[in-house]
Amino acid sequence: MKLQKNTLLALYSVLEFAANPGRQLSAAEVAAKYRISPHHLAKVLRTLGRARLVAAVRGVGGGYRFAGNAKRLTLMDVIELFEDISAPRRAPAKGAQRRRAATDSIAAPHEVEDALGVVLAEIDEIAKATFRSITLDTMLKLVERRRGAI
Amino acid sequence: MIWLKKRTTQGAPQARVRGAQQADLDQVIEIDAGVTGLRKPAYWSEILQRYGSGRRQRFFLVADSGGRIEGFVIGEVRDWEFGSPPCGWVFAISVRPDARLGGVGTLLLEAISAGFRKLGVTKLRTMLSRDNQLILSFFRSQGMMAAPFIPLEKDLE
Repeated sequence: MKLQKNTLLALYSVLEFAANPGRQLSAAEVAAKYRISPHHLAKVLRTLGRARLVAAVRGVGGGYRFAGNAKRLTLMDVIELFEDISAPRRAPAKGAQRRRAATDSIAAPHEVEDALGVVLAEIDEIAKATFRSITLDTMLKLVERRRGAI
Repeated sequence: MIWLKKRTTQGAPQARVRGAQQADLDQVIEIDAGVTGLRKPAYWSEILQRYGSGRRQRFFLVADSGGRIEGFVIGEVRDWEFGSPPCGWVFAISVRPDARLGGVGTLLLEAISAGFRKLGVTKLRTMLSRDNQLILSFFRSQGMMAAPFIPLEKDLE
Protein backbone atom coordinates (compact mmCIF):
# COMPACT_ATOMS: atom_id res chain seq x y z
CA MET A 1 0.00 0.00 0.00
CA LYS A 2 1.63 3.21 -1.18
CA LEU A 3 0.04 6.28 0.35
CA GLN A 4 -0.77 9.23 -1.87
CA LYS A 5 0.46 12.71 -1.06
CA ASN A 6 -2.98 13.87 0.12
CA THR A 7 -3.18 10.97 2.54
CA LEU A 8 0.17 11.83 4.05
CA LEU A 9 -0.86 15.48 4.36
CA ALA A 10 -4.04 14.37 6.10
CA LEU A 11 -2.07 12.21 8.55
CA TYR A 12 0.35 15.05 9.34
CA SER A 13 -2.54 17.45 9.86
CA VAL A 14 -4.69 15.21 12.00
CA LEU A 15 -1.73 14.35 14.20
CA GLU A 16 -0.88 18.02 14.51
CA PHE A 17 -4.43 18.87 15.58
CA ALA A 18 -4.71 15.85 17.87
CA ALA A 19 -1.49 16.81 19.62
CA ASN A 20 -3.08 20.18 20.44
CA PRO A 21 -6.71 19.23 21.02
CA GLY A 22 -7.87 22.47 22.58
CA ARG A 23 -6.00 24.75 20.24
CA GLN A 24 -7.05 26.28 16.96
CA LEU A 25 -4.49 26.08 14.23
CA SER A 26 -4.71 27.76 10.86
CA ALA A 27 -4.06 25.85 7.67
CA ALA A 28 -1.18 28.24 7.04
CA GLU A 29 0.50 27.27 10.34
CA VAL A 30 0.29 23.56 9.55
CA ALA A 31 1.38 24.13 5.96
CA ALA A 32 4.40 26.13 7.11
CA LYS A 33 5.43 23.52 9.65
CA TYR A 34 5.39 20.71 7.10
CA ARG A 35 6.55 22.90 4.22
CA ILE A 36 3.55 22.14 2.05
CA SER A 37 1.26 24.21 -0.11
CA PRO A 38 -1.52 25.88 1.95
CA HIS A 39 -3.81 25.61 -1.07
CA HIS A 40 -3.23 21.87 -1.28
CA LEU A 41 -3.67 21.47 2.45
CA ALA A 42 -6.96 23.41 2.43
CA LYS A 43 -8.51 20.74 0.21
CA VAL A 44 -7.33 18.02 2.56
CA LEU A 45 -8.71 19.88 5.57
CA ARG A 46 -12.09 20.22 3.91
CA THR A 47 -12.24 16.45 3.56
CA LEU A 48 -11.21 16.01 7.18
CA GLY A 49 -13.86 18.55 8.18
CA ARG A 50 -16.58 16.72 6.27
CA ALA A 51 -15.56 13.54 8.10
CA ARG A 52 -15.75 15.51 11.39
CA LEU A 53 -12.20 14.77 12.37
CA VAL A 54 -11.50 18.50 12.48
CA ALA A 55 -13.88 21.40 12.97
CA ALA A 56 -13.52 24.73 11.21
CA VAL A 57 -13.52 27.76 13.47
CA ARG A 58 -14.59 30.86 11.57
CA GLY A 59 -13.74 34.50 12.05
CA VAL A 60 -10.62 36.39 12.97
CA GLY A 61 -8.04 34.04 14.41
CA GLY A 62 -10.08 31.14 13.09
CA GLY A 63 -8.68 27.91 11.81
CA TYR A 64 -9.28 24.31 12.67
CA ARG A 65 -9.31 22.28 15.82
CA PHE A 66 -9.36 18.55 16.48
CA ALA A 67 -12.88 17.14 16.73
CA GLY A 68 -12.27 13.40 17.03
CA ASN A 69 -11.35 10.94 19.75
CA ALA A 70 -7.60 10.30 19.56
CA LYS A 71 -7.91 7.09 21.57
CA ARG A 72 -10.43 5.69 19.10
CA LEU A 73 -9.42 7.06 15.71
CA THR A 74 -6.91 4.91 13.89
CA LEU A 75 -4.53 5.78 11.09
CA MET A 76 -6.76 3.70 8.83
CA ASP A 77 -9.78 5.89 9.66
CA VAL A 78 -7.87 8.80 8.14
CA ILE A 79 -6.32 6.83 5.28
CA GLU A 80 -9.59 5.44 3.99
CA LEU A 81 -10.94 8.96 3.51
CA PHE A 82 -8.36 9.41 0.76
CA GLU A 83 -7.51 5.96 -0.54
CA ASP A 84 -9.56 3.20 -2.08
CA ILE A 85 -8.66 0.32 0.18
CA SER A 86 -11.58 -1.91 -0.72
CA ALA A 87 -9.74 -4.21 -3.11
CA PRO A 88 -6.20 -5.54 -3.24
CA ARG A 89 -4.06 -3.81 -5.86
CA ARG A 90 -3.82 -7.00 -7.83
CA ALA A 91 -6.45 -9.44 -6.75
CA PRO A 92 -5.41 -13.02 -7.40
CA ALA A 93 -7.58 -14.50 -10.10
CA LYS A 94 -8.49 -17.67 -8.24
CA GLY A 95 -8.80 -20.42 -10.76
CA ALA A 96 -10.41 -18.04 -13.21
CA GLN A 97 -7.81 -18.37 -15.89
CA ARG A 98 -6.83 -21.97 -16.23
CA ARG A 99 -6.34 -21.76 -19.95
CA ARG A 100 -2.98 -23.46 -19.83
CA ALA A 101 -2.92 -27.07 -20.84
CA ALA A 102 -1.72 -29.49 -18.18
CA THR A 103 1.28 -30.43 -20.28
CA ASP A 104 2.66 -26.87 -20.56
CA SER A 105 5.87 -26.64 -18.62
CA ILE A 106 6.28 -22.86 -18.76
CA ALA A 107 3.99 -20.63 -16.77
CA ALA A 108 1.78 -18.31 -18.77
CA PRO A 109 2.04 -14.53 -18.04
CA HIS A 110 -1.29 -14.44 -16.24
CA GLU A 111 -0.13 -17.25 -13.95
CA VAL A 112 2.97 -15.32 -12.94
CA GLU A 113 0.85 -12.19 -12.42
CA ASP A 114 -1.59 -14.21 -10.42
CA ALA A 115 1.10 -15.57 -8.09
CA LEU A 116 2.69 -12.16 -7.71
CA GLY A 117 -0.75 -10.74 -6.94
CA VAL A 118 -1.06 -13.17 -4.03
CA VAL A 119 2.18 -11.86 -2.52
CA LEU A 120 1.24 -8.20 -3.08
CA ALA A 121 -2.19 -8.76 -1.57
CA GLU A 122 -0.51 -10.37 1.46
CA ILE A 123 1.65 -7.28 1.93
CA ASP A 124 -1.40 -5.02 1.59
CA GLU A 125 -3.30 -6.97 4.23
CA ILE A 126 -0.42 -6.65 6.69
CA ALA A 127 -0.19 -2.91 5.99
CA LYS A 128 -3.92 -2.46 6.52
CA ALA A 129 -3.86 -4.38 9.80
CA THR A 130 -0.99 -2.19 10.96
CA PHE A 131 -2.83 1.03 10.11
CA ARG A 132 -5.99 -0.28 11.80
CA SER A 133 -4.12 -1.11 15.00
CA ILE A 134 -2.53 2.29 15.58
CA THR A 135 -4.66 5.02 17.09
CA LEU A 136 -3.76 8.69 16.87
CA ASP A 137 -3.03 8.62 20.60
CA THR A 138 -0.60 5.72 20.14
CA MET A 139 0.99 7.54 17.20
CA LEU A 140 1.50 10.67 19.31
CA LYS A 141 3.12 8.55 22.03
CA LEU A 142 5.42 7.07 19.37
CA VAL A 143 6.41 10.58 18.26
CA GLU A 144 7.22 11.44 21.89
CA ARG A 145 9.23 8.26 22.40
CA ARG A 146 11.24 8.94 19.29
CA ARG A 147 11.83 12.54 20.34
CA GLY A 148 13.14 11.24 23.67
CA ALA A 149 15.39 8.76 21.88
CA ILE A 150 17.06 11.40 19.72
CA MET B 1 6.06 -15.84 42.81
CA ILE B 2 3.38 -13.17 43.08
CA TRP B 3 3.45 -9.51 42.06
CA LEU B 4 1.20 -7.14 43.88
CA LYS B 5 0.23 -3.80 42.47
CA LYS B 6 -2.50 -1.34 43.05
CA ARG B 7 -3.80 1.42 40.91
CA THR B 8 -6.70 3.76 41.30
CA THR B 9 -7.84 5.08 37.96
CA GLN B 10 -10.75 7.46 37.94
CA GLY B 11 -13.91 5.40 37.83
CA ALA B 12 -12.03 2.12 37.86
CA PRO B 13 -11.85 -0.34 40.71
CA GLN B 14 -8.67 -0.91 42.63
CA ALA B 15 -7.08 -4.07 41.42
CA ARG B 16 -4.06 -6.04 42.47
CA VAL B 17 -2.25 -8.48 40.28
CA ARG B 18 -1.36 -11.87 41.71
CA GLY B 19 -0.75 -15.41 40.60
CA ALA B 20 -3.83 -17.31 39.45
CA GLN B 21 -5.28 -19.90 41.81
CA GLN B 22 -7.69 -22.77 41.43
CA ALA B 23 -10.49 -20.68 42.95
CA ASP B 24 -10.09 -18.09 40.16
CA LEU B 25 -10.65 -20.56 37.38
CA ASP B 26 -14.44 -20.22 37.10
CA GLN B 27 -14.12 -16.48 36.62
CA VAL B 28 -11.28 -16.88 34.12
CA ILE B 29 -13.39 -19.37 32.15
CA GLU B 30 -16.30 -16.94 32.26
CA ILE B 31 -14.19 -14.01 31.00
CA ASP B 32 -12.74 -16.12 28.20
CA ALA B 33 -16.15 -17.52 27.23
CA GLY B 34 -17.56 -13.99 27.14
CA VAL B 35 -14.91 -12.99 24.62
CA THR B 36 -14.56 -16.15 22.54
CA GLY B 37 -18.06 -17.58 22.91
CA LEU B 38 -16.64 -20.95 23.98
CA ARG B 39 -16.43 -22.43 27.49
CA LYS B 40 -13.25 -24.48 27.80
CA PRO B 41 -12.96 -25.68 31.40
CA ALA B 42 -10.61 -28.57 30.62
CA TYR B 43 -8.28 -26.29 28.68
CA TRP B 44 -8.14 -23.71 31.47
CA SER B 45 -7.57 -26.35 34.09
CA GLU B 46 -4.57 -27.58 32.13
CA ILE B 47 -3.30 -24.04 31.62
CA LEU B 48 -3.45 -23.44 35.37
CA GLN B 49 -1.48 -26.63 35.96
CA ARG B 50 1.16 -25.66 33.43
CA TYR B 51 1.40 -21.94 34.11
CA GLY B 52 0.07 -21.47 37.66
CA SER B 53 2.08 -20.03 40.54
CA GLY B 54 5.51 -21.45 41.13
CA ARG B 55 6.12 -22.63 37.57
CA ARG B 56 9.60 -21.70 36.46
CA GLN B 57 9.64 -19.08 33.69
CA ARG B 58 5.85 -19.24 33.40
CA PHE B 59 3.20 -16.75 34.49
CA PHE B 60 -0.55 -16.92 34.88
CA LEU B 61 -1.59 -13.70 36.57
CA VAL B 62 -5.00 -12.29 37.42
CA ALA B 63 -6.19 -8.79 38.28
CA ASP B 64 -8.20 -9.18 41.48
CA SER B 65 -10.56 -6.44 42.58
CA GLY B 66 -12.02 -7.48 45.91
CA GLY B 67 -12.47 -11.08 44.82
CA ARG B 68 -13.72 -10.20 41.35
CA ILE B 69 -11.27 -11.22 38.66
CA GLU B 70 -11.18 -8.34 36.18
CA GLY B 71 -8.75 -9.92 33.75
CA PHE B 72 -5.81 -12.22 33.29
CA VAL B 73 -2.56 -12.55 31.42
CA ILE B 74 -0.50 -15.63 30.60
CA GLY B 75 3.01 -15.91 29.29
CA GLU B 76 6.38 -17.51 29.58
CA VAL B 77 10.03 -17.04 28.83
CA ARG B 78 10.93 -18.70 25.55
CA ASP B 79 14.54 -19.54 24.89
CA TRP B 80 16.33 -19.51 21.59
CA GLU B 81 13.41 -20.10 19.28
CA PHE B 82 14.84 -19.89 15.77
CA GLY B 83 17.97 -18.37 17.21
CA SER B 84 16.21 -15.61 19.12
CA PRO B 85 17.66 -14.84 22.57
CA PRO B 86 15.27 -15.53 25.48
CA CYS B 87 12.19 -13.29 25.37
CA GLY B 88 9.03 -12.84 27.37
CA TRP B 89 6.16 -14.26 25.38
CA VAL B 90 2.57 -13.21 26.13
CA PHE B 91 0.09 -15.60 24.62
CA ALA B 92 -3.15 -14.56 26.31
CA ILE B 93 -4.56 -11.40 27.84
CA SER B 94 -8.17 -10.62 28.49
CA VAL B 95 -10.14 -8.08 30.49
CA ARG B 96 -13.84 -8.14 31.33
CA PRO B 97 -15.64 -5.86 28.85
CA ASP B 98 -17.12 -3.75 31.68
CA ALA B 99 -13.66 -3.26 33.21
CA ARG B 100 -11.94 -2.10 30.03
CA LEU B 101 -10.42 1.36 29.60
CA GLY B 102 -9.69 1.41 33.32
CA GLY B 103 -6.05 0.43 33.12
CA VAL B 104 -6.50 -3.25 34.01
CA GLY B 105 -4.82 -4.50 30.83
CA THR B 106 -1.92 -2.13 31.36
CA LEU B 107 -1.59 -3.28 34.96
CA LEU B 108 -1.50 -6.93 33.87
CA LEU B 109 1.05 -6.30 31.15
CA GLU B 110 3.23 -4.28 33.52
CA ALA B 111 3.10 -7.10 36.08
CA ILE B 112 4.08 -9.84 33.65
CA SER B 113 6.78 -7.58 32.20
CA ALA B 114 8.17 -7.10 35.71
CA GLY B 115 8.24 -10.87 36.09
CA PHE B 116 10.10 -11.27 32.81
CA ARG B 117 12.59 -8.57 33.80
CA LYS B 118 13.33 -10.37 37.05
CA LEU B 119 14.31 -13.37 34.95
CA GLY B 120 16.73 -11.23 32.96
CA VAL B 121 14.56 -10.90 29.89
CA THR B 122 14.61 -7.59 28.05
CA LYS B 123 12.23 -8.21 25.18
CA LEU B 124 8.47 -8.74 25.23
CA ARG B 125 6.75 -10.45 22.32
CA THR B 126 3.33 -11.65 21.35
CA MET B 127 1.44 -12.79 18.27
CA LEU B 128 -2.20 -12.43 17.39
CA SER B 129 -4.59 -12.42 14.50
CA ARG B 130 -4.30 -9.32 12.35
CA ASP B 131 -8.12 -9.10 12.48
CA ASN B 132 -8.00 -8.69 16.25
CA GLN B 133 -7.98 -4.91 16.16
CA LEU B 134 -8.95 -4.48 19.81
CA ILE B 135 -6.01 -6.36 21.27
CA LEU B 136 -3.62 -5.22 18.54
CA SER B 137 -4.47 -1.61 19.40
CA PHE B 138 -3.95 -2.37 23.08
CA PHE B 139 -0.47 -3.79 22.52
CA ARG B 140 0.36 -0.89 20.20
CA SER B 141 -0.75 1.57 22.88
CA GLN B 142 1.74 -0.11 25.19
CA GLY B 143 4.54 0.76 22.81
CA MET B 144 4.84 -2.59 21.03
CA MET B 145 6.01 -2.52 17.43
CA ALA B 146 6.28 -5.11 14.67
CA ALA B 147 8.90 -7.71 15.53
CA PRO B 148 11.56 -8.81 13.06
CA PHE B 149 9.71 -12.07 12.45
CA ILE B 150 7.04 -13.10 9.98
CA PRO B 151 4.52 -15.73 11.01
CA LEU B 152 3.95 -18.33 8.32
CA GLU B 153 1.51 -21.18 7.89
CA LYS B 154 0.29 -23.75 5.40
CA ASP B 155 -2.52 -26.20 5.11
CA LEU B 156 -1.46 -29.75 5.89
CA GLU B 157 -3.35 -32.00 3.51
